[in-house]
Parts: sequence; structure tokens; C-alpha cells
Amino acid sequence: MLATAALLAAGCDEQQDSLAPRSHAAKDIASLFWWMMGISWFGIGLVVALIMLAWRRAHTKRGHSVKEGEQLAFRIVIGAGIVMPIALIAALFVISDILVIKTTQAPAADATRMTILVTGHQWWWQANYLGTTAVTANEIHIPVNTPVRVEVQTADVIHSFWVPRLNRTIDTMPGKRNAIELYADAVGRYRGQCDEFCGLQHAHMGFYVFADPPSVFRRWLARQEQPAKAPTGALAAQGAKLFQTSSCASCHAIRGTAASGDVGPDLTHVGSRTTLAALAIPNDPAHLARWISDSQSIKPGNQMPNMNLSTGQVQALTAYLEGLR
Amino acid sequence: MAIATPPTPAAAERMELLGAMWEGRPGILGWFTTTDHKRIGLLYFWTTLVLFGAGGVEALLMRTQLARPDQHIVSPSTYDELFTLHGVTMIFFFIIPMTTGAFGNYLLPLMIGARDMAFPRMNALTYWIFLGSGIFLYISLALGMAPNAGWFDYVPLASRAYDPGRNIDFYCLAIIFNGLSSTLTAAQFIVTMFKSRAPGMSFNRMPLFCFAFLAASAGLLFALPLLTADTIFLFLDRNVGTHFFDVAHGGSAFLWQHLFWMFGHPEVYILIVPAFGIATEIIPAFTQRRVAAFPLVAIAELLVVFIGFGVWAHHMYATGLATITAVFFGAATAMVIIPSTIQVFAWCMTMILGTARFRTPLLFIAGFIFMFVMGGLTGIMFVAIPFDQTVTDTYFVIAHFHYIIFGAAVFPIFGGMYYWFPKVTGKMYFERPGQISFWVIFVGTNLLFFPMHIVGLLGMPRRNYTYPAGMGWEPYNMAETIGGFITAAGILMLFGNLVWSFFKGEDAPPDPWHGATLEWTTSSPPPPYNYAVIPKVSSAYANWDDEDRAEDREKLARGILVLQEGHEQVAITPVDGTIAEIVEMPHNSPWPVLLALSLFFVFGALVLQRFGVAGIFGICCLGALLGWHSKEPQEQ
Repeated sequence: MLATAALLAAGCDEQQDSLAPRSHAAKDIASLFWWMMGISWFGIGLVVALIMLAWRRAHTKRGHSVKEGEQLAFRIVIGAGIVMPIALIAALFVISDILVIKTTQAPAADATRMTILVTGHQWWWQANYLGTTAVTANEIHIPVNTPVRVEVQTADVIHSFWVPRLNRTIDTMPGKRNAIELYADAVGRYRGQCDEFCGLQHAHMGFYVFADPPSVFRRWLARQEQPAKAPTGALAAQGAKLFQTSSCASCHAIRGTAASGDVGPDLTHVGSRTTLAALAIPNDPAHLARWISDSQSIKPGNQMPNMNLSTGQVQALTAYLEGLR
Repeated sequence: MAIATPPTPAAAERMELLGAMWEGRPGILGWFTTTDHKRIGLLYFWTTLVLFGAGGVEALLMRTQLARPDQHIVSPSTYDELFTLHGVTMIFFFIIPMTTGAFGNYLLPLMIGARDMAFPRMNALTYWIFLGSGIFLYISLALGMAPNAGWFDYVPLASRAYDPGRNIDFYCLAIIFNGLSSTLTAAQFIVTMFKSRAPGMSFNRMPLFCFAFLAASAGLLFALPLLTADTIFLFLDRNVGTHFFDVAHGGSAFLWQHLFWMFGHPEVYILIVPAFGIATEIIPAFTQRRVAAFPLVAIAELLVVFIGFGVWAHHMYATGLATITAVFFGAATAMVIIPSTIQVFAWCMTMILGTARFRTPLLFIAGFIFMFVMGGLTGIMFVAIPFDQTVTDTYFVIAHFHYIIFGAAVFPIFGGMYYWFPKVTGKMYFERPGQISFWVIFVGTNLLFFPMHIVGLLGMPRRNYTYPAGMGWEPYNMAETIGGFITAAGILMLFGNLVWSFFKGEDAPPDPWHGATLEWTTSSPPPPYNYAVIPKVSSAYANWDDEDRAEDREKLARGILVLQEGHEQVAITPVDGTIAEIVEMPHNSPWPVLLALSLFFVFGALVLQRFGVAGIFGICCLGALLGWHSKEPQEQ
């Protein structure tokens, strides 16, 4: 795995690289790994050396009894096979399971100023900022250098919330609300992905965590709390009307309008997001139009039906939704 | 000296008598009614090989899809079926039936000097049930209803609400059906090892191969009921409307996972411990030295399965278990490492202190030790709970358990195929192509599985039918796919060599390797009665005890312990191995195959929710059991 290190250093894409940590927890986990890997190479080297020794000795040796050197063998088996691993594993156990494990736990609900409730759906993520009205999907913003408590739950099956560069993974178990800490010590965009097989589109259930400077974050949150803006322009207005009268509104919510469906993502500020469909496509008018007209060709099996809209209707809806910033 | 050639004319006559008595029916019908453990072993071998091929093709299809990002060679739903079937097939329909079914059946009675299993008809039944369950599983694929929620099949994804087709019903029933076979096999292996050993083979003189199979059988016997219960609950939830796993009605999604992994982790050891057994046969034969630290290795083989029952929750670290619970299982996971390290160093020391001849079987064992240590070391990393929680469900885990399951279970199986090929077929395999096949497989598997560590650390989750470009995953995935095809080529070379050897190889002597255990004292292939005289045993390396073997020949000449008066075998006291009685053994029987056939229709009716029809075939099963019972040998 030395080759690994070289390749990583050479600047591969690090979007979900657990060895490019950006939080104290992920850093502890990564250094734990590097230590374990180093000792593992020692173990592998030892065993390969023993096999090579057997190979070499076979060429030089002449005759032996069927019990040759049994006492020596016994001592080595006890020393290398029992004593050595007990010592190493005891050390590993104390470091990882007594010390490091504490750093990856979620902060208590009253020890943090912000708690986000993340709900896993087939196949997208909903994020509610508790104590505010802000709701978003697949793009979670947090303030940098601030411990955030994330509580996870599921709307259907088991998913797993995982941002490799920030922390370990946590499952969304039915009937249970698990929690984990989200902390980033550098401003940036961190990719996460569902880590537990959850059905047909498990592969397309990604999300971003944006760690913003505190002032930027506060502005973002304030805007997300606002209800949707009224549409500007005739096309967008036509789209807004269509949204309410067609089946869109029965599944999606747009705060400030009558639409309050909770099957699909909240679209109040959909225009402010950078991606659509849990990172399956970028959020631009062309992709959004294609998604509205035929989402099944992009993400087969997703729960949005094809509504057989005309090109004009799709354009109107696209104009309206892109305007929801 | 082998006892294959009769020492005197009188002995030849005795052997002829035995041959007539133990020979099965000729022709195809003979295979359907056979109770000969060797024939049953061969049936298992061919069947599991076909299923291994299916599992391999499934793997190659997945690797082809993942060779490059955003490919759509197979659809998402097909991909889900592929990885589910691949897991289920390789675990339940290849490795377990290959080790216990094929190797265990063929070799165990030979190694302990018996003429057959303790329950030959039950043994036949296990095969026919296994065949039925294999056909049952693959019918689902033909119908487009193959299991599709992964081999560990988590609820609620596997519940009727999220998987409305018959896919998961096929999964549940195939697992239950197959489990019957494994349970019966395990039970009769244990009885055979306790009761049918050759006199003199006290418990501590049992070959290490047998200890390994004893450990695996005990593991199966205790672990399988948990899985059976779990799958029955799920079947009931899906078909009858019970709420075992339905959280909305007071059920629990944790229940499935706990029961599954209480089975699933011992299962991992059940998969690899028989392979340890194969290794502990090949190593002494090719080093001409007894296995170093024999008692420690024997205890380790049993202990690894025992401790394996206490580590299951390390598969569930990410589910939000209480920290204290996770730490307990972390400690148990740490403990299970000790029996493994004992064995690794015992194998290495045996090779160093003996004179290692690196012929193909030992090459595979050396490769196995390397792979096992690789997989073991990443296994140790899972003691570190936060690290486990980071890489769980990524390709890092896939790398880990393929190093264990392919490297530590399948490598010894391949080594064992070469090692016992002369014994089973009576032909020698070709050495040079054998060694080449090893190197191709070794290079292929490492190229296939090693990059998975890296790509897992780079954050690639498992069970994704495709992945986006620009994540830094592409070169590794391409390397893995190339490795996959190299591995497949190596495996084809291996079987090509064996097939070619079968037709063109030299005739094999009874004991080409100067092997350590009893099977090398009889002819290659062994006669239907295995041993013309019940062998004398005074150590765990019976074939190296020349005086005992001379005594056997003496006994054959004088007609002692030949048991030529009937279809008989000795039964011993379980610990000391002294003769307790002579038992009459059952003959060929059509009832096992008929019972298995009725069971097949029971399961077929269940999957179609035709419970009445299932009941009717259930009555057929009872009928077959009655017929079976009426033909059992009566007390004289």
C-alpha cells in the first residue's frame, strides 16, 4: 500500500477519500489506519520471510525426522502466534476502542448549538435544520469549525449517512434515531454517499456537505428559512400555476404556496442547489428540463413518474423552479 | 506399504467378496440410489463446480459493468440480482458443499479408516436436497425473480412493501432448503467422526483434517438454525402478514441483523476451517514432517469456530449500537485472531523444519497462507471500531473478505483438488501446467482484490451498479476487472489441466506423495469398501507408521477384521477408539432421492403460495420416510 500513498499524494480526486480527512474525528481514524497498515506490512513481511526461509532451507537440507525441532516450533508458535498478537491487539484495542472511539461520537444535543435532522429516502436525503423552518435536500450546509449534531432517521429502508472526509458512517435504522457529529476544519465541499444498500438506485444517493464561513452560513440559513419568492416573468408564472394544478404539488412542497407534498424533496429553494436527484445531475436549466420530462431515463426506478408534459409545460416549470433561489 | 495389492490368494478372495458386497448398482440408476460416500462426494463435486461456474460468471459480469464509470451493460435490477446470487451461490452453493459435501464426504471416512459414513442414506439425502435447492435457486433466475436484496438481505428492504415480487421468497426458501442439507451433513459428520473411526484412533490421534471438519460441522449445527429461523420469520412476514421485522407494528429491523450475523459470522469460519484442514494435510505430505504444535493447532481449529460465535455484532457497528456493546464485540473480535495466528505460525514452522517440496498443492497452500494473512490483517483492523465504521460497506470490506474467502478457502480447495486428484481418479496430474495455473490464479486474484482496499479507502461503496467519473476510482476498477479475467483464465487452466490429466495422465500409485493419513494406504481410486481390513491406528500420521501397515497386511492374509460376512463396519467408543460393536450398514436405496424430490415440490409450492399443494407434497415426504424406514436393516 506504499504505492497507494504515492498515488494519493499525486493528487487523485479526493472527494470521498477517507485518508484526506478534514475533521479531528476523521484525522484520528486516518492516522489509526496508517499505523495499522504499517504494522500489517510488518506482519506480511514476517510471514513471507518464513515461507521464503522454508523454500531456501529445502534446497540445502539433507534428511530430517518427522518431529524435527518440535520444541523450537512450539516456542515460536506460542511466542509469535499467541504472545505477540495479544500484545499488539491489546494496544490496538485500547487506542481505538477506548480512546479514538470517543472522538467520533455525536455531541450531546444540549452541547451543540445546531442539530440537523437528516432523513434518508429512496433515493435522496432530506435535511431539516431543527429550530428553524429551513428544509433542504441533498446539499447540507454547516458552519466551518463548529461541531454540528446530525440526527439520522429513515422514511423507508435502511440507509447509511457517510461523509468519509468528515466522519465515520451511521445507519438510518427504522424506528430509531441515530446521531453523529459533523465537523469540518476547512471551508469546502465534501461529498457523501449512502453506504448501505437501499435498492435500485443506491448508486445514485449522493450528497454534499458545504462547510461555509460562519457569516456565509448565517446568510444561507436565513434565506433557506424564507418562503419561496413569487415567480418573476410570464413563463415562470405559468410554471408556478402549472406546478399547483398538475400532480407536482401532491409530492413536493414549496413553502409559501399551497404545495405541501412530502414524498419528494422540498423545492422551496431548489434553484439555489448545485445538483439534482441526489447528485445524479448538475442543476442547470437543460438538466432540470430533462429531469422533469423523463426522470426515469436518468435514474431508473426513482419515484417520480413521467407526467407526459408538453415541451412548453416543461419549459415553464423549469423557468419557475430555476427561479426559486 | 499400501494394502492395495493382495498379499496372498486367500486375501485376494476376501477382497473380491468385499467388492461384490460393497459395489453399488451399475449404470445411471446406481448413481441415483448410491449410498457410497465416495460417489456422493463426486456428485457433490460436479454439482458445486457447475454452481461455482455460475457464481464466477456473475462476478465477471459485475466486474465488466464496473470496469469503467457510468457503464450500463446490465440494468440496475440485473446488477442487484447478480451480486445477491453471487454471494448466495459462492457461500451456500459452492464453498460449503465443496468442502463439507465433496471433500468431506469423499475423504473423511477414508481418513478415519471407515467403510462409509455412519448414516449412508442420510448422506445421500443431503446431496439430493442440495441439488434440489441449487436448481430451485437458479429457477428464480430463469423466471427473472432472482433474489435481489443482497446475500444479507436486510429488512425492511427485503420486506413485501419494498420488494413486492417473488425474489425474496425464493431467497428465503432456497436458504431453508439448502440449510436442511448442511444440517444433516453436519450431524452425520459428527456422528461418523465420533463412532466410525478405525480402532486405535483415539480422539487425539484423529488427523487435523478431521478436527477441522468437526469444528465446521459443530459450527453449522449451531449456526444454521438461527438463519433458518430468520428466513422463516421473513417468509411469514412476507406471506402470512406476521410482524417480526415490521417496526410499525412492534417488530424490529435489528432482529433480522442480529439473527443473521449470529449465523453469518460463525459461517465465515465454517467456510475457512475446512480449508485449514486441507492445508494441514498437504503441508505434512510435502514437507515430510508432522504438523508443528499439533495439540495447539487442533485446539485452535475448534476454538476459532467457538469464539466465532461471539463476534457477530462487529457487522453492525454502524447501526448505532450502544458504545459498550460495540466495545464488547470489538474485544471478542480481537480474541478470535489468536487461534488464527497459532495456525499460521504452526504451518510456517512445519514448512521450515521439514523439507518443503513446492509442488502445485503446496504452492496453493503457500499462496493460501499469504492470502489468509493479508485478509487476516485487514480483519484485525476491524477491531478498531471507528475505522470499521468508516470503511464498512465499502470496497475495503470486499477486499478483506475476498482475501479470506477466495484466498483462504478457495486456494486450499484448489490445492486439495491437485493433492487428492491421484487418489480419486487413479491418474497423476501434469505438474508444470499445475504450477502455471497456480501463478496465474495468484497474480489474478491479487490484481483483482488488492486495488479494492484502495478504492474502498477512497470512498467507493459496495453494491453500486455504477459510479461517477472523477472520483479517483477508475484505474483501480479497471485493474480489478483485468485481474478478474486473469483469475478466470487461471481457473480454466486448472480445470483444463485436471481434465487433460484424467484422460492422458500417468497411472497413479496408491501413495504418490508419501502422504501422512490413511487414505494413501489404499488403492487409487479406493475400492468401494475402502479398506480390505479395518486399519490399525496408533498415531495421527497413520500412513507413516510402517509397522501398523505391515500388521494390516498380515491381518488381511489371515482374515482378521476383514468383516467379509456382511455389509458391516466397526463402531468405536467415541474417546478412546476401542471397538464397541460391529454394525450392519444400509444398502443402496431409492428413498433419499424420492424424499428430496418431494421436498423440492414442497418448496416449489410454497414459493407460489400454494400452501395446500405444499401440504400434499409434505404427505409425499412422509410417505418416502415411511418407505425409507421399512427398508432399514433390522436387528438380527
